[in-house]
Amino acid sequence: MAKPREIEVRQKKELETKGEKTVPARYFIPSTDIFETGDALTVVMEVPGVEKKDVDVRLEDNVLRVEGRIDFSKYDGLDPVYSEYNVGHYARVFTLSDKIDRDGISAEMADGVLTLTLRKAKEAIPRRISIS
Amino acid sequence: MAMLLPNPFENLMRLQQALDSFRESEWLDRGPSGTGPYPPFNVFRNGDDFVIVLEVPGVEKSNLEVQVKDNTIRIAGTKTVSYPEKASLHRRERLAGSFDRTVTLPVAIDPSKVKAECRDGVLALHLSRAEQDKPRSIKIS
Repeated sequence: MAKPREIEVRQKKELETKGEKTVPARYFIPSTDIFETGDALTVVMEVPGVEKKDVDVRLEDNVLRVEGRIDFSKYDGLDPVYSEYNVGHYARVFTLSDKIDRDGISAEMADGVLTLTLRKAKEAIPRRISIS
Repeated sequence: MAMLLPNPFENLMRLQQALDSFRESEWLDRGPSGTGPYPPFNVFRNGDDFVIVLEVPGVEKSNLEVQVKDNTIRIAGTKTVSYPEKASLHRRERLAGSFDRTVTLPVAIDPSKVKAECRDGVLALHLSRAEQDKPRSIKIS
C-alpha cells in the first residue's frame, strides 16, 4: 500500500454573516463533506472540541443550520504561550432541496466529527423500472 | 510636539521586532524527525506545567502515537476519510492522510509524567516540567 499523503495545514475560515451575533466569540466554518447515496444525503462536519450536548441542528423551511459551541471553561487558568490556531464556535448554514424527509434526520458525533444523515423523501428515491 | 507626530520608523521597528521574535521563537524548532506542520497546536502554561492542545478531528485514538524523549515530543498518526461506495460527492473539504510532527520544548520535561488525553477530536498533552529544571530559591543567610 502506498504511504498516505501528508496532511497540509489549512487555516480556519472565519464565518462572515450578514446577521450579527451577540455571543462574544469567534465563529468558524467547519470543513464539511457532503455526499449522496441512493436513499440519503450525508453531511460530515469537523467540529473539534465540541461536545455532543453543545451541538444544535435546526431545520427551518429548507435551511439547515448547524451550530457547535466550544466550552471555553476548559481553558480557564491556562496562560497562552504559543499559538498556531484560533479557537471558536462553529456555524454553517445549508439550503436543502425539497426532497428531504423532514422527520428522517439523524445526527451522530465521534472524535469531533459530526455526521448528519438526511433521509430522502420517498418520492425522491430513484426507482428502477423493470421492463416486462 | 514630538509626541503629536508619531515617528514612522517606530512602527517599522516594532514590525521588525515582531518578525524577529516570531522567527526566533523556540517553540517553532523542528526536531530531527517528523517535519510536517500538521496538526497545528496551541501551547498553554499552567503554573510550572505546560499543556499542548491539538485539533485532530476524525482521528481515532488507536491511530495516534505520542512519543517523548528528553524535551522532544513527536505526534504522529493517520487520518482517514471514507465514503460509502456508490456515493456521489457534492462537497469535499476534509483532508485525509498521515502526519508526523515533532516539537522541541525550550524547557526540560519529565517524560514519565506526560499525560495524553483525547476527547472530541482534541488532543491535550499535559507536560510537567522536570524537577531539576525548576528554579530553586536560595535563602540568603
